[in-house]
Amino acid sequence: MKQLESINDFVVRFATVNGSGSASANNLFAKAVFRMGVPVSPKNIFPSNIQGLPTWYEVRINERGHVGRRGDVDLVVAINGQTLRQDYDGLVPGGYFVYDSSRPLPEDFCRDDVTTVGIPMTTMCNEAFDNAKMRPLLKNIIYVGALAALLDMEPEVLVESLRKQFRKNPALAEPNIRALELGYAYARDHHAGACKLTVRRSDRVGDAIIMNGNNAAALGAIFAGATVVGWYPITPSTSIIEAFGRYAEQFRTEEGTGRIKAAIVQAEDELAAIGIVIGASWNGARAFTATSGPGISLMTEFLGLAYYAEIPAVLIDVQRVGPSTGMPTRTQQSDLLACAYASHGDTKHPLLFPCDPKECFDMTADAFDLAERLQTPVIVMSDLDLGMNDHYGPPLAWDPQRRYDRGKVLDAAQLDALTTRWGRYRDVDGDGICYRTYPGTHPDKGVYFTRGSSRDEYAAYTEDNAAYVRNLERLRLKWETAKRLLPLARIKLNDADARLGVVFYGSTTPAAYEAIELLRDRGIAVNSMRIRAFPFQREAFDFILAHELVFVIEQNRDGQMRTLLINEGGLPPDKLVPIASYDGLPVASRFLTRALEEALAERGVILPKNTPDRGGTP
Amino acid sequence: MTFFRPTFRHPELPPNAAGYRRQDYEGGISTLCAGCGHDSICNAIIQACFELALPPHRVVKMSGIGCSSKSPAYFLAKSHGFNSVHGRMPSIATGANMANRDLIYLGVSGDGDTASIGMGQFMHAVRRNLDMLYIVMNNGCYGLTKGQYSATADKGSKSKKGGINELESIDLCELAIQLGAGFVARSFSGDKQQLVPLIKAGLAHKGLSFIDVISPCVTFNNNPESTKSYHWVREHSEATNTFDLVPFQQTITAEYDGDTVQEVALHDNSVIHLHKHHDAPDITDRRQAIDNLEDHKAQGVILTGVLYINPDSADTHEILHTCERPLNSLAEADLCPDGQILEAINAAHR
Repeated sequence: MKQLESINDFVVRFATVNGSGSASANNLFAKAVFRMGVPVSPKNIFPSNIQGLPTWYEVRINERGHVGRRGDVDLVVAINGQTLRQDYDGLVPGGYFVYDSSRPLPEDFCRDDVTTVGIPMTTMCNEAFDNAKMRPLLKNIIYVGALAALLDMEPEVLVESLRKQFRKNPALAEPNIRALELGYAYARDHHAGACKLTVRRSDRVGDAIIMNGNNAAALGAIFAGATVVGWYPITPSTSIIEAFGRYAEQFRTEEGTGRIKAAIVQAEDELAAIGIVIGASWNGARAFTATSGPGISLMTEFLGLAYYAEIPAVLIDVQRVGPSTGMPTRTQQSDLLACAYASHGDTKHPLLFPCDPKECFDMTADAFDLAERLQTPVIVMSDLDLGMNDHYGPPLAWDPQRRYDRGKVLDAAQLDALTTRWGRYRDVDGDGICYRTYPGTHPDKGVYFTRGSSRDEYAAYTEDNAAYVRNLERLRLKWETAKRLLPLARIKLNDADARLGVVFYGSTTPAAYEAIELLRDRGIAVNSMRIRAFPFQREAFDFILAHELVFVIEQNRDGQMRTLLINEGGLPPDKLVPIASYDGLPVASRFLTRALEEALAERGVILPKNTPDRGGTP
Repeated sequence: MTFFRPTFRHPELPPNAAGYRRQDYEGGISTLCAGCGHDSICNAIIQACFELALPPHRVVKMSGIGCSSKSPAYFLAKSHGFNSVHGRMPSIATGANMANRDLIYLGVSGDGDTASIGMGQFMHAVRRNLDMLYIVMNNGCYGLTKGQYSATADKGSKSKKGGINELESIDLCELAIQLGAGFVARSFSGDKQQLVPLIKAGLAHKGLSFIDVISPCVTFNNNPESTKSYHWVREHSEATNTFDLVPFQQTITAEYDGDTVQEVALHDNSVIHLHKHHDAPDITDRRQAIDNLEDHKAQGVILTGVLYINPDSADTHEILHTCERPLNSLAEADLCPDGQILEAINAAHR
């Protein structure tokens, strides 16, 4: 048998039961890899359940900084009896199967291409610790310790992490450290040299952080000055609001009074959540909501009102698997069409597509400026993978000189200084954006009536056809203005003569870049475009038109981005080849490489075989 | 429906304490049917705001969809208004109130807008005790879609077309009392003498004030067998009490011949003087208030007036512990953390 051999390039998967406290142990492992200077990417694959169902935690370790999901598992720590078989069968040839040998493996676990590593975790744990309540948690730490020995990691990094984790409760640190040492010693003494996968200290991490996108988005809202939140709990967006609440308590407590400079209202449903955001924004506060697909469906009525009555609103859509309830704890990019054209009538909404925590932070903050400048809802399109998993990426940064762009709002002095009649929906600047006022600004100037029904330039109700058309045409002009304000796509021209292009966005980004690199290694030059916003700018269409064939990679079945591109750009559909990964797991680079190969082979381009992707596969 | 309004105003009519004249509180010309109860309610709102001397621009008027929800266009032309979507006024009002707690929020809705499509939003605005006055113009039917029964239509009531409502009716006042509104009242659009002080008290109360105003639909639900007709309501209503609101700047001027006087001090130090029979229930007791409503209902009588008051209820801002300054007045210095904080956060994620 040829065992997998690799230094700093492999995939470890933990198979556990949810609600057993394994997540923090698994995270301890991932953090330790990161603290040894090696880029790492953990993915929590969990059920829509609180306790007792299978859950997996997949850690990709990659020296070269490829932190998308790779696909395939090189080493599995199989703790969950329910999935033992599946975890065993799923290992790649040459892989490693680490299991709890307190009970023997069933006899039919007899692959000859897998190395089994037994650690009697339960027995060890029961012998070492009296506290029955703590045992399950400490058992988790035992396997982390064993894994550290198998992978030849620096145990002191893990010990240090545990001390950090329990710094507020040092008494708890002690048994945890003991469990770690027990596991480490057992594997060292009984399985020395058994595993040829190694984590070796490196210097590839630099100033990178690992953070989940929801946390970053919450910080973006804090720094951007959001004060009103209307929300309804929904996986996977809830942690944005929870984080915002924690940060608000930390950074928004008023000196002297102890009161909070924010209002977080848990609404009765998503209809009310977005209503609260719209009411607050209308009244001059920066307001936002975070939701997921089912919430977006409910919010569409109000989104139409905000579009038509021209009220800012910021939404963060942490997408999950649809349709309907779908798979609430799995990831997808499948709300694009629902968001882009949400609501009845001619409506469209600017979308932003962050690809890492830093962009979750930046784009959430920018969304407030954009929504207020454009007086319209802006939706940040995150997803479960980006939002809930820890992502390796650049640190967050905020320019202290930055001022909020509150858009076109007239104060009392400006109202007094007006020489012509003010009209709420009169476009005096020619950009489709009109001046608004907040209630209570001036005793007798700047008052208007907001409504979702048709009105003229002075906000007076009208059913005059010409006035209606003028209004809709102005909204079209505003849409053009939006294109100038939104971030441009990131275009990488790897080869000026390349005939092939690849388009992707959001959390697909790291896996897509890796797949492109693999294609390049096999002699296929591909240019790439990462879309960062909707509506698309001219550059995006030019990129597509400049290539013979463009693959559009996305995590939905129907190619929703492709549909948007074709629809908005009037592009020939044959030019755009859909590449879809929509099973609910974060898109994997190996899957993408295969899918691109197949798509190319169908068109007569055959790639050289057997070029390893420098991963752990033999 | 009127197409013009004479510009003549009585020259002797004095301005109020804030220097505004009554016409400063008026709105556009109503497009509702002639004789619509809603127009009388608009007039009562105008009168109440005038008497309270509210600066019009400090009032925010909000509504959903329906005949009643059109009415904010017919009063307070100097106030910002927001005619939102069907049944969703309470959430818009919640957001607006969160953004600026210093303004006065007046929500107008109908029985369809509140008791059917907006039931959830209504109940939860009450639960969070949002500081606003919520008026339902209740005619028991959908006027704009030509007379279908609404959820407040009484069981057994007969429509103009002859159909009998077989469904149980929803009593919004009972719900409001149960769910924690601090001020709950019922009135009749035809009783200006009762309605104006109710609106004044509702505006003065801090927290959610709810007034259900029975407001006959002259076009679709004013037939003699309808329990929401002018005739029926006049014949079958009984007032809990007569009362007067005394804003804390003014001295008591009202005189009534009631048996006893119950005084309730509101948060802004205004005082409600209730004149009632000595054996009438205590309106600061939630259970007695609901029993009282049910007892009268059993006798076929519509109870009007103040039904329940709790002047000490905590409003949403108190519950959420938000700062006293309006959130929409805060800028970077108050809201944006120091850049070094981000450095510390980055460090904690390494």
